[in-house]
Amino acid sequence: MNEIKTPRGGSNYQWVGKNTPRPDGVDKVTGRARYGDDMIVPGMLHGKILRSPHAHAKILSIDTSKAEALDGVKAVVTSADIPDHPMAQPPYPPIVNDFHDISRNVMAREKVLYDGHAVAAVAAISEEIARDAIKLIKVEYKVLQHILDPREAAQPDAVVLHEDLFTYGVEPKPTKPSNIFRVMHGERGDLNAGFAEADLVIEREFSSQPVHQGYIEPMACIATTSEDGAVELWTSTQGHFVQRTLLSKLLNMEMAKIRVTASEIGGGFGGKTTVYAEPLAIRLSQKTGRPVRMTMTRSEVFRATGPTVGSKTRIKVGMKKDGTITAGEAEIWYQAGAFKGSPIGRAVDTFFSPYTVANCKAAAYDVCVNRPKVAAYRAPGATMACYPMESVVNELAKELGLDPVEVRLKNAVKEGDESLMGTKHGRIGLVEVLEAVKEHPHYKAPLGDNEGRGFAVGYWLHGGGLSSAAVNLMDDGTLGVATGNPDIGGSRSSMRAMAAEELGVNVELLKPIIADTGSLGFSYLTAGSRTTYATGMAVVNATREVIDKLRALAAKKWDIPVEDVRWDAGQAIATDNYKDIKPLSLKELAGMATSMGGPVAGHSEINASGQGATFCAQLVDVEIDPDTGFTSTKRHTVFQDAGRAISPDYVEGQMQGGAVQGIGWALNEEYIYDDEARLQNTGFLDYRMPVASDVPMIDTVIIEVPNPNHPYGVRGVGEPPLVSAPAAVANAVENAIGQTMSDLPLSPPKILAALHAQAAGDD
Amino acid sequence: MTDRHAGSGLESRGTKTLQDMNYEAPTSVEAAVAALAAADDEAHIFAGGTDLLVQLREEMIRPSLFVDIKRIIETRTITVDDTHVRIGAAVTGAELSEHDAAKALLPGVVEAVELIGSAQVQGRATVGGNLCNASPAADSVPALIAAGAFAQIAGPNGLRVVAVEDLLAGPSRTNLSGNEFVVSLDIPKPTTRSADAYLRFIPRTEMDIAVVGAGAAVTLDADGTCTAARLALGAVAPTARLVPAAATAMIGKKIDDTVLASVAAAARDACNPIDDKRGTVAFRIHVAGVLAIRAVKIAIERAEAK
Repeated sequence: MNEIKTPRGGSNYQWVGKNTPRPDGVDKVTGRARYGDDMIVPGMLHGKILRSPHAHAKILSIDTSKAEALDGVKAVVTSADIPDHPMAQPPYPPIVNDFHDISRNVMAREKVLYDGHAVAAVAAISEEIARDAIKLIKVEYKVLQHILDPREAAQPDAVVLHEDLFTYGVEPKPTKPSNIFRVMHGERGDLNAGFAEADLVIEREFSSQPVHQGYIEPMACIATTSEDGAVELWTSTQGHFVQRTLLSKLLNMEMAKIRVTASEIGGGFGGKTTVYAEPLAIRLSQKTGRPVRMTMTRSEVFRATGPTVGSKTRIKVGMKKDGTITAGEAEIWYQAGAFKGSPIGRAVDTFFSPYTVANCKAAAYDVCVNRPKVAAYRAPGATMACYPMESVVNELAKELGLDPVEVRLKNAVKEGDESLMGTKHGRIGLVEVLEAVKEHPHYKAPLGDNEGRGFAVGYWLHGGGLSSAAVNLMDDGTLGVATGNPDIGGSRSSMRAMAAEELGVNVELLKPIIADTGSLGFSYLTAGSRTTYATGMAVVNATREVIDKLRALAAKKWDIPVEDVRWDAGQAIATDNYKDIKPLSLKELAGMATSMGGPVAGHSEINASGQGATFCAQLVDVEIDPDTGFTSTKRHTVFQDAGRAISPDYVEGQMQGGAVQGIGWALNEEYIYDDEARLQNTGFLDYRMPVASDVPMIDTVIIEVPNPNHPYGVRGVGEPPLVSAPAAVANAVENAIGQTMSDLPLSPPKILAALHAQAAGDD
Repeated sequence: MTDRHAGSGLESRGTKTLQDMNYEAPTSVEAAVAALAAADDEAHIFAGGTDLLVQLREEMIRPSLFVDIKRIIETRTITVDDTHVRIGAAVTGAELSEHDAAKALLPGVVEAVELIGSAQVQGRATVGGNLCNASPAADSVPALIAAGAFAQIAGPNGLRVVAVEDLLAGPSRTNLSGNEFVVSLDIPKPTTRSADAYLRFIPRTEMDIAVVGAGAAVTLDADGTCTAARLALGAVAPTARLVPAAATAMIGKKIDDTVLASVAAAARDACNPIDDKRGTVAFRIHVAGVLAIRAVKIAIERAEAK
């Protein structure tokens, strides 16, 4: 099932590309691993948040006196306790961290902007008392009209969430506030000429619903404040260094006074990349002088933290009879939620990027609506754009009688081509991925009654960026490998493998850890499929520094120039000029280090660049029950260029996990709101992610087209499988029922209605 | 199993705290009735707790008293005699599914109970609890109704017997008075060539709540003519309901496609569903007919195999 294709003829690595027992495995299967809520500190208080029952309302007054008077309550905070900040001003970077917004998202100030918006928080000696106390807080609201649909919210006469928000990037500068924060564009070629050249043009509209990342562990943190003002924070996060930055700016504190430790993390998928309860726990801790723990319930996670965006899309694509895509035009509206900042740049970059479309144009709108501010979700912004494009390309191929994979091969981007947002590709593996699909038995396997096969390909430019690592050699020859990236997908194992490969020693001698913010240089989030690439580079650098120091130590011992000492298979070896010098092993050198100059360690702090695009294609077979509209996923194969799979088991796991999340996104997952925009399905019972029995064993084919910019050729693997999965599943449904479906999720009532409409049309 | 309106901090449920809550575990039916009689309106029967404890945690209820009925032998026993299968109200799903005689005699009831929750929930959740929680979507209830189950109810005046379909008053409401509880469920022992079946629709394959549920029981004579039949539906009305018109369509006939079409039509006519997060009115009505046919077909196959 776990098939690996290495076009350049394999590798001779000892640890890279091998499956080894994961270093965090024992603690996780025994329950010893400590997650966010597992930390208990003496004297700790319990924090609870009062949340808005309204989707859009003005806060007229808040009276906390009764809560403060309740026995066992130690402190109450409201927006008055959170510093305000001016709005960020243009020019804006691609991702705007506007502390004006963050301050209001963690605690509503003038208005509440979504059902579940935090209004006040309490710290008490027990969770029970804290729960009782928040009910004693009286909030007077003036309920306002709410809006959820991004296209409606983008209309000039729509009710406006922020009176001080004016659309950026349009001329002339608007004089009226709007829910549209920004429009991003990409364009090349001559659109009219491109469509004129096409033999067939299809234009369609699509929509997708906001979906939740589905991490198992709810947000949880504990904050402690010392008398000297220093804060220690333990939290379940994808990036404790980013937490420190955000908290320091938000709360006007010196960075060095905030030390953040990342707990073990029970999933994040992009959802744990910002702050929610952490600043409230810190303020409650500062007010009381006691540690304060805050753990969200599942319902709070659903109501008040960021899922990904819902979307509306209009797309038009032209194709020639030979399969050449001549032109494409797309517009997409993203529900940013209560505050600006949906991943629209990725939408613009995603639509046409797998293909060398000469003439194309894309526009994406970032629209505020009365839902929680979106957070990242595994390839943020790409999935909702991939689905309409792949759907239309499949329809064009079908109408023109062309093979869907051949059509992609005909238009596939290669080295030297550019994405719509201007990324010039180095060596990329789209053609290799598509060839692997064609060769796979799944591609031509026969289908049964009521079954359909779907295909889609997705593009993702993974991250690089800021990473730090330290490798510490101990006297007995064992080593610590410290990075600043919480391990979500098996990164400790991969870091260890790369360091062991460099050193030429057994992985078991290396202990990988996640260091706190006081112990290491800055490390950006574990997100953007960047960790094995960027942090892996830092680990390799730090390990090489250790090796250089060991070579120098051996040279000193042997009294020869360091240039005459090489490192191989875990030993310092003198060059052939010194025939009678016996090599010194890592262990021997470690034992003599302290007496011959001092401890040996290496460290590296980098801004990694040179990351490349990853392509992932998926084949999916579904069976539809024509009487109920129920979709059963029968077979699913994921094909992905991993560059180099450092830990193949975990690459396979990433591909399978992304595929499963895509199945859920395509078929059943959605946030269901009532007429008052109150969320109705605030738990996993009615927020229908797939359960184990809903999915087949997901087959994987790992294609290895190494990225020459990484010492081991790594490409980011976590996000790409979710880019194309919903498109492939939706396409399979379309082929099973013989009609196009344009509104995710394709839940049984929608499929049944489509079948009934079809039957009525046939009569 | 619970809605979220609790936990929003909107309303306080008085000043009662967990410290004000009492727990009793009587060992006889009489003692349980006495405990209920002595309590106020906020006493709750506590069987498996898989619904109740969630409601407590979500602050939907703040009981003054929990009366745990699991130490009463009558609630914990499955007995089979010449005329009836008796299932104690506090028998768990896991226990029922491992009872060979119950499985052989009432495959529809057993498969319905087995659909409740997960493997972990099955170890706690009880047949009586699923009934008395009175969710319109409870899986065991249409199966019990189809099988012709009666509830044995204990109260201050002794035992009374009520057909399951008459026990339910509405969503989360039964016709039990505050000092009564269900001790066991009595199901007529199926005769030769008589069998039951239960099916539900969920958008997933497990760990979900029925969007539509259908229980069927049929009895055939030697030449395959239907001599008795019951069809019941769940999740399509405020309570699970018996569909007498479906029985009328089947009794006295060999059940062919024409009869099955009448069964589906009767099932759809009996629906009075709502649009909610779990399904739409149109979808529920249509699928009720689909599941009615499928459940009847399975019951016939089982009856014929006897």
